[in-house]
Amino acid sequence: MPTQTRRQMFEARQRRRANTIAAASTLAVFVAVIVLIPLTPGWENVQRSFFNGAVFAKTFPGLLNAFVMDVAIFLWCAPLIALLGLAVAIARDLRSPALYPLRLLAIAYTDIFRGLPVILVIYLIGFGIPGLGLPRPWNSPYIWGSLALILVYASYVAEVIRSGIESIHDSQRNAALSLGLSGSDTMRFVILPQAIRRVVPANMNLFVALQKDVALLSFIGPVEIFRQAGVYKSLMANFTPYVGAALIFLALTIPATRYADYLMNKQASARS
Amino acid sequence: MGDLVLENVQKAFGDNPVIRGIDLNVARGEMICLIGASGSGKSTLLRCMNLLEPIDDGRILLDGEDISEPGRDPQPVRQRIGMVFQSYNLFPHMTALENAMLAPRRNLGKSKTELREPLAQMFERFGLGDRMNHYPDQLSGGQQQRVAIIRALAMQPEIMLFDEITSALDPELVGEVLDVLRDLRAQGMTMVLATHEMGFARELADKVCFLDQGRILEEGPPEQIFDTPKEERTRAFLSRVL
Repeated sequence: MPTQTRRQMFEARQRRRANTIAAASTLAVFVAVIVLIPLTPGWENVQRSFFNGAVFAKTFPGLLNAFVMDVAIFLWCAPLIALLGLAVAIARDLRSPALYPLRLLAIAYTDIFRGLPVILVIYLIGFGIPGLGLPRPWNSPYIWGSLALILVYASYVAEVIRSGIESIHDSQRNAALSLGLSGSDTMRFVILPQAIRRVVPANMNLFVALQKDVALLSFIGPVEIFRQAGVYKSLMANFTPYVGAALIFLALTIPATRYADYLMNKQASARS
Repeated sequence: MGDLVLENVQKAFGDNPVIRGIDLNVARGEMICLIGASGSGKSTLLRCMNLLEPIDDGRILLDGEDISEPGRDPQPVRQRIGMVFQSYNLFPHMTALENAMLAPRRNLGKSKTELREPLAQMFERFGLGDRMNHYPDQLSGGQQQRVAIIRALAMQPEIMLFDEITSALDPELVGEVLDVLRDLRAQGMTMVLATHEMGFARELADKVCFLDQGRILEEGPPEQIFDTPKEERTRAFLSRVL
């Protein structure tokens, strides 16, 4: 083994010291939590109603089953959100005066839907439109709940993509135009491919949020995991199903957010 | 009469006049070098010539046709006048070959198969035969700039504009790009260059124009401009850069 330089020995010492301190303080906090929380007066009740092993085992398969509905709603909403978001982002950048109404509409749309709470949009669309007395299947809360999610999330995706478009340096546009490419070819082949790549991590974070917000549809009818957990809670007079639902969400969302962070870091280091 | 004619061209950015009445004739097969200090208007003039910047007043004629008329579609003109930039501006998400293929595919409706052979020959000719399928960030500055030249040539333009294309390069890479220009010159390409490479301008230019504060202060064959400049400002500039 090669001998270490003085700098390396110093840095190794620093690292050992930092690791020791981190390990000790982490241990101290964990011990405090494990020892102190069970000493609280209500702990036994909480343990029985939130962390009940028997209830957990009994309801978990049913919850997992209900979660398939969450994933399904996510899967049919996501591509439509991506498409609508892209279309609105492009519409906001239109410069032709004949298409000005479209641009105005895109601006109004992003302002309105980013300014409303998701649950409010779900209520208004999910209860409002079926209230028109449409025949089946057009009164389904799955359709209108999904539309509400699509409208809200596409407005965010549109803004993210637009920020990507604006982050592409003007020299790229000039280079494309100087080759005699049309404005739309410049957008399609030069600007958009770079812009979309640049905003992948930001959009991934939005889609993680979407997966969580699918649970809000339970308020207008669909039996997905949150509503299923509520059903179990009423049946068994126990809150453990909610903890089970939380764990199922985390199993999906934590890896996804970690991956988005990883992409974001990779991009940041590639550009510096 | 030249084939590209500038008549009293004027351009201001806001209140700041950058081009203040320039007349210039570019004849087919000619190579013209624009020299002058930074901010003298060289780059802006080139950008006006392929309509990246609309001019405020005056006219630009291509084969007698007024291409600077406000409201005219600049796209067909840009397909006839190629441009290469100081900062290469390759498309980073495409390989070198894809960079060169994009414009002829979209503008001329040519297929990739059709384009591959002639473009491969051009990459070969400019010493990039083994770099065609590399992405820009895998290429040196000199290689990127040569790809940028090929990309512009792929449209088979009648006139090429070069905007200080060696200024961003490390000194040891300048030669390989100038060699490409020599090659084009030998083939009779019509070229207008903004450049700081005085030796190169002296060697190859038909005409050198000294720009000062948005005007052509002095123009003539290179020997005259470099050896016996008439204007005091030209002499001052040359004594600073030579």
